[in-house]
Amino acid sequence: MTAQDIIFYLLAAFTLVAGFLAVTTTKIFRSAIFLLFSLIGIAGIYFWLEYEFIAAVQIVVYVGGIVVLIIFSIFLTQEAGANLPDTAMTKKITGGLAAVFGFGFTLLQVLQHKFIGTTEPGIEPNVANIGNRMLGVNEFGYSLPFEVVSILLLAAMVGCIVIALKKPVEK
Amino acid sequence: MTGIGLSHILVVSIALFFIGVYGFLTRRNMIMMLMSIELILNSVNLNFIAFNKYLWSNKMDGLFFTIFIIAIAAAEAAVAIAIIINLYRSHKSIDVEDASDLKF
Repeated sequence: MTAQDIIFYLLAAFTLVAGFLAVTTTKIFRSAIFLLFSLIGIAGIYFWLEYEFIAAVQIVVYVGGIVVLIIFSIFLTQEAGANLPDTAMTKKITGGLAAVFGFGFTLLQVLQHKFIGTTEPGIEPNVANIGNRMLGVNEFGYSLPFEVVSILLLAAMVGCIVIALKKPVEK
Repeated sequence: MTGIGLSHILVVSIALFFIGVYGFLTRRNMIMMLMSIELILNSVNLNFIAFNKYLWSNKMDGLFFTIFIIAIAAAEAAVAIAIIINLYRSHKSIDVEDASDLKF
């Protein structure tokens, strides 16, 4: 067992424990903080896999953007520090059974399957290669999805403003 | 080459996926459900990156799928939170059981 293995196991345990606490804790604010730690753990796994650009994007978008958005919406809609109503036991049991059996069956399938990869030399996932592919219009370029996603983000932004807009008071 | 391979990362991402499914099925608060969805999306991203690294390292498709999923997840979270805040204004609650106006 090398140091690299130990780091992976630590990152995986950190991510999974934080994720589990995020969905089981009764205080919603704590839940958001545990979600933050889980996302940081995933960013750590990306660093471990040597995909530094994705790890940076994960930290910037999820940790810096989405979790802050969630915390703001908690402040706007809940009393801070209040406990959430406890879920019914039957719901917990059915949800737990669904999750455990789903996990078991999927694990069985994954461990039985023989994955056959390519033998060709790999491409370094550095920022120069990602940028060339992202804006490329040749065979392996991702220019069209890039433009479609930018339209989607614009539509989402306009939609958010329209949905959350306060209705003007009738005079 | 270390002892950690594709299957180790797949086990982590499957576990994270079903933690998210458990949270989605048991929680009734809309923000909690949104957080569970974020966990599920992250496990999928981890899967794409692992396949890209260990099986198809001569292509970058998994990496680009991950980038686009992150962008779409951000848009989805923003729209969902706008809807939740609007619902809170009209119903004073973000419990899914209380949002039953459209029930027959």
